[in-house]
Amino acid sequence: MMITISTFLAEKGIYLLTFILLSLGVAGIVTCNNYMKKLICMNIMQVAVIFLFLCLGQKSKGTIPVAVEGLEKAADYINPLPHGLMLTAIVVSLGTTAVGLSLLLRIREKYGTIEEDDLLMRQELLSMEERQRRKQELQRIDT
Amino acid sequence: MIENNLPVLIIIVPLCAALLCLLLTGINRHLGRAVVVLAVLASLVMSVMQLGLVIKNGPIHYAIGNYKVPFGIEFVIDSLNAVIIVMISTIGFISAVYADHFVTDRRPLLHGAYNTIIALLITGLLGMASTGDVFNLYVFLEITSLSAYCLIALGGSRGIVSAYRYMLVGTIAATFYLVAAALLYGATGTLNMDDMAKILSSGDYDTVMLLSMCFLIPAFGIKMALFPFHGWQPSAYTHAEAGTRPLITGVMGKLPAYAMFRFFYCIFGTDFRYVRYLMLALGVFSVCSMLYGSLMAMWQNDIRKMLAYSSVAQIGYISLGFAIGTPIALAGSFLHMIGHAFMKGGLFFCTGAIRYKFGTTDLNDFGRIYKKMPLTCGLLTVAALSMIGIPPTAGFFSKWYLASGAADQHYWIYIAVLVISSLLNAVYFFKLIEKVFINEDAGLKDKWSRGPELPLTMLIPIVVCFVAILGIGLFNAKIVDVLLLTLGEVGL
Amino acid sequence: MDFNWLSWLPLEYRPLCAVLVSMIAAGLIYVLGEHIHRNLREAITLIASVLKIVLVYSLIPAALAGTEVRLELFRIVKGVSFALSVDPAGMVFACVASTLWLLTSIYSIGYMRGHGEKNQTGYFAAFAMCLSSATGLCFASNLLTFFVFYEILTVSTYPLVVHYRDDEGIASGRKYLAYTLISGQIFFAAIVIVYSVSGTTEFTPGGFLDAKMLPAPWALIVFFMMVGAGIVKAGVMPLHSWLPAAMVAPTPVSALLHAVAVVKAGAFCTLRVVLYVFGPELAKSCGGAKALAWMAVFTIIVSSFIAMRKTNLKARLAFSTVGQLSYIVLGICILTPFSTAGALYHIVAHAFMKITLFMVAGAVFVTTHKKDITEMVGIGRRMPFTMGAFALASIGIAGFPFFAGFVSKANIIFGAVEAGQPLYVATLIASALLALAYLMPVVLVSFKKEVENPEFMEFGEADLRMLLPLLMAAILSVLLGIWPNMGLHLFDLSLMAGNSIFQPLM
Repeated sequence: MMITISTFLAEKGIYLLTFILLSLGVAGIVTCNNYMKKLICMNIMQVAVIFLFLCLGQKSKGTIPVAVEGLEKAADYINPLPHGLMLTAIVVSLGTTAVGLSLLLRIREKYGTIEEDDLLMRQELLSMEERQRRKQELQRIDT
Repeated sequence: MIENNLPVLIIIVPLCAALLCLLLTGINRHLGRAVVVLAVLASLVMSVMQLGLVIKNGPIHYAIGNYKVPFGIEFVIDSLNAVIIVMISTIGFISAVYADHFVTDRRPLLHGAYNTIIALLITGLLGMASTGDVFNLYVFLEITSLSAYCLIALGGSRGIVSAYRYMLVGTIAATFYLVAAALLYGATGTLNMDDMAKILSSGDYDTVMLLSMCFLIPAFGIKMALFPFHGWQPSAYTHAEAGTRPLITGVMGKLPAYAMFRFFYCIFGTDFRYVRYLMLALGVFSVCSMLYGSLMAMWQNDIRKMLAYSSVAQIGYISLGFAIGTPIALAGSFLHMIGHAFMKGGLFFCTGAIRYKFGTTDLNDFGRIYKKMPLTCGLLTVAALSMIGIPPTAGFFSKWYLASGAADQHYWIYIAVLVISSLLNAVYFFKLIEKVFINEDAGLKDKWSRGPELPLTMLIPIVVCFVAILGIGLFNAKIVDVLLLTLGEVGL
Repeated sequence: MDFNWLSWLPLEYRPLCAVLVSMIAAGLIYVLGEHIHRNLREAITLIASVLKIVLVYSLIPAALAGTEVRLELFRIVKGVSFALSVDPAGMVFACVASTLWLLTSIYSIGYMRGHGEKNQTGYFAAFAMCLSSATGLCFASNLLTFFVFYEILTVSTYPLVVHYRDDEGIASGRKYLAYTLISGQIFFAAIVIVYSVSGTTEFTPGGFLDAKMLPAPWALIVFFMMVGAGIVKAGVMPLHSWLPAAMVAPTPVSALLHAVAVVKAGAFCTLRVVLYVFGPELAKSCGGAKALAWMAVFTIIVSSFIAMRKTNLKARLAFSTVGQLSYIVLGICILTPFSTAGALYHIVAHAFMKITLFMVAGAVFVTTHKKDITEMVGIGRRMPFTMGAFALASIGIAGFPFFAGFVSKANIIFGAVEAGQPLYVATLIASALLALAYLMPVVLVSFKKEVENPEFMEFGEADLRMLLPLLMAAILSVLLGIWPNMGLHLFDLSLMAGNSIFQPLM
C-alpha cells in the first residue's frame, strides 16, 4: 500500500502539487481583499501553469536539449518545446503583472486605497455625490 | 507576392504600425494616427481580397516562416474566419477613425500610445481569428486582453478599477485556457489544431478532452462574458474609454466565442463522446445568459450599462447556436456574431457621439434628442430594432437561423427562450426609442459650437454601421452560403 | 381600364414598384420634410399615392385572367426567397389600401392643417411607410416575406399611435407594442416550426400543411400561435384592448388603423394563415376554425353592446370596428367559398364605410371641437353633407340592401347556411340590428330639429379638403353596394379567391 502511494506520488505527485498551487492562486484572487495580494495570487496561479507545462516536457533519463556528442537519439533529450512555450508565457505574465502594477498605482493615486471594500465604499460615495450634484443642478435650472 | 502572403500581412501591417506609431507621433502629432488608420485600412482591403480568394479557391493554409506544418505555427483561413477578419478590420478601421475625437490629453507620448494600443488590439483580434495553432491563440488572446485592459483603464478613475478587476478575471481565464492546452498537448503531443483534431478523433483521449472541456468552458465563458462568468463585463464595458468602446464591446467578446467554436467543433468534433453534455452545458449557460442579461438591462438608467448587459444576452444567442449544433444554427451564430458587432458597435458609436456633443449618458437626458442629431438617432433606432429582431435588419435573420436550427433538432425550449428574450429586448430598446423620440426635451447644451451634426470622421462610422446592419440583413443568404462552405462539414 | 401605356414596366415588377413607391416617399418626406415647403411635402405624398393606385390597378387584368405574376428578388434566408406575387385575395386588399391612401392623404392634409398639428413630417412619413408595408403584405407570396412586412407595419404604426407624445399617447403606444410585438414574436416561432416540418413557406390556396406534418395537439397549438398575430391586429376579443386605446391618435390615424391598413392587415393575416397555410381541411380537423369562429361570434355580440354604452363618438366607432372585423374572421372560419368571398369583400366594404365614419368624426372635431355624441345635438343642420355621409355609412354598416355592407354580409350568411350553421346566421342578423342601434342614434341626434346648441350657429360645413374625401368614400360605399364589380372587379376577385381555395376539395 505504502509503495503504491509513494510511486503514485513520485509519478503523478507533481501534478497534484501544481493543481494545489493553481487552486491556491484562484482562491486567493477570489477571496483576498487587498488588490496587491490578488496580484500576487495571480502570479502564483500563472507559475502553476508554467510548472504544469514543464512537467509535460520532462522524461526520465533525458538531458537538457542542447546537442551533446554521443547522444543522438531524441529519447536522450527532454522535449524543448514546452520550455519555449513557457518562455512566452513568462513574458506574457510579466506584461500582465506590469499592467496590473501600474493600474494599482493609479488606483492608489485616485482613491487612496487598494483595499477592495474601502474602494467600493468610496466609489459609492462618489457616485452619491455626483447624483446630488446633478439634482441640485436640475433644481437650479428649474428655478 | 502579396496574394501568397495575405494571411500574415493582414496581421503584420497593423503590428508594424503599432510599433511605429509611438515614434512617429513624436515627430508629428497626426503622423502616428495616420499610420495606424492607413495600416488598418490596408488590412481591411487585404482581408476583403483574402475573402475573395477563400471563396474562390477554398481554405488557405499558411505556414509561418515555412516551418513544416505540425511543428511550426500555421495560419488557417477558411470561409468562417475570412468573414470574421473582414468584420474585425471594418470595425477596427471605423473605430480608429472615430476614436481620435475622444483624446483629451494631447501630449505626444500619450496620444501616440493611445493609437498604438488601438492598433495592438486590432492586431490581437485579427491574430486570434487567423491562427491555427493552440498556443499562438493564447499569445494573441493575451495581446488582445492586455491592450483591452489599457483601453478600459483610460476611461477615467472608475475605468481603472474596472480594468484591474477585468485583468484579474481575464488572467484566470487565460490560465485556464493554458491548462486545457497543456492537457491536450500532453495527450496529443501537438499544438496544431488540424493535427490535434486528427489525433483526438481516434477516441482514445475522451477523458482528457472532458477534463480540458471543463477548463475551456469557463475560460472562454469569462472572456466572452457568458452568464455566469460575466461579472467583470458590465462595469468594464460601461467605463471603457469612449472612443474605442465600440471596438471593445462590438468585437472583443466575439473572438473568444469564435475560439470556443474552433475548439469544440473543429478540434473536439461532433463525434466526441461527451458532446451531448457539452452542448447541454452550453445551452443552459446561453439560456440563462439571454434571460439574465435582458432582465438586468431593463433596470438600467445609464445607456452604457444597459447596452453592456444587453451584450451578455446577445452573447447568449451566439453560444446558443453552438449548443444546437446544426450547420444552420451555427450559421445563425456566426451571422449574429457579425451582425451584433455592427449593432452593438453602432449603438456605442451613437452613445459616444451623444456624449461627445452633450456630455451625458443618462437615458433620462435623451428626450427628443433626435431633433438635434437625426442621423445618429436614425442609426440608434435601426440598431435597436435589429437587437429586438425586427426584419429586415440583421438581428432578425440570425434569430431565424438559430430558431430553425432549434426546430430541426426539436429543441422547442430554445425557440421559446428566443421569443422571450427578444420581447425582453423590446422592452428596453423601445424604452430607449421612447426616450429619444418622445420624452420631453431635457434642454441639453451643445458642448461644441453650432455646425453640422457631428464631425465627418464621426459620421462615417455611424453611416457604415447603418448600412452594414441593413446590408447584412438583406444579403444574409449570401453570407450564410459562404459560412456554410465550412460549417457544412463540422456541424451535426 | 386600359394600362397599355404602362407596358414598358414588366408586369412582375409592378408589385415591387407599388411597395417601393411609398417607401421612397416615406424616406423623402422624412429627410426633406423639415427643409421644404409643406405644400411640396404633401405633394410627395399625393404623387406617390396616385402612382401607387396606377400601379396596383394595372395589375387587376392579370389577376382576373389568373396570369402568374411572380417576382423572386433575392433569397430572404437560405431556402426561402423574397417573392412577390399577385393573387386575387391580395389584389382585393391592395386595391382598397391604395385607393384609401389617396383619400386619407387629402383628408389628412385638411385635418392636420385645420387642427394645427405638430410633427406633421413624421406623421406623413410614417403613414407612407405603413401603406408601403400594407401593400407588401398583399403581394407577399410566402410566410417569411409576409412576416417581414407585417413587422414593418407594426413598427411604423407605432409613431402614429404616439403622435401627440403625451402620457396618454405613450401609454397606448406601449399597449399597442405589447400586444403586437408579443403576438408577432409568437407568429415568428410558429413560422419557424411550420418551415421546419413542411420545408416550405409558400402560400398555396387550400393550404400546404396536412395532419401528417403536424399531429393533433401540435396543429391546434401552431394554428393559434399563427392566427394569434392576425387576431390581435384584427382586434378579436379578448385581444382587442389596444385598439380603443389607440384612439388617442389623430383621427386620420384612427381611420388608417381601422379602415385602411392595420386591422385589415390582421384580418388578411388570419385569411392567409387559415386558408393558405393550414387550408380548410386541417383548420377544420384540428378544431382551430371552430374555436376561432366562436371567438368571433362572441366579439360581434359583445362589442356591439359595449359600443352602445360609449358616448365618445370615436370610441363608439372603435368598438364597431372590433365587431365588424370579427365578421371577416367569422367569414373565414365558416370555410365555404361564399363565406370566404364575403369575408374578403367585407374588407372592401367595411373599409369604405368605416373610413367615412371616422372622417366624419374627425371633420366634426376639427370644425366644432366636439367629441361626445351628447354634444352633437342638431349638428346635422349645420353640416348636412358631413352628417349625411355619416348616415349613409351607418346604414351600410348595418347591412341594408344596396349598400356595400349588404353584399359582403349576404355572402357570409349564404356560406353559413351552406355550412349548416344557423347560429352564425342568427348572430350576423342580430348584429346588424345592434349596429343600427348604436349608429342611428348619432344620426338622429345630429339631425334633431330644435337647435339646442346656439354655438353651432357659427360653424359651417367642414373644410373642403376633408369634406371631399369623406363624400367620395360615402358615395363609393353606396356604389359598391349597387354594383359590386364597379371598375375594379373586386367582387369577382373575391369570388375567384374563394373558389381557388376550395377547388381542390370539390
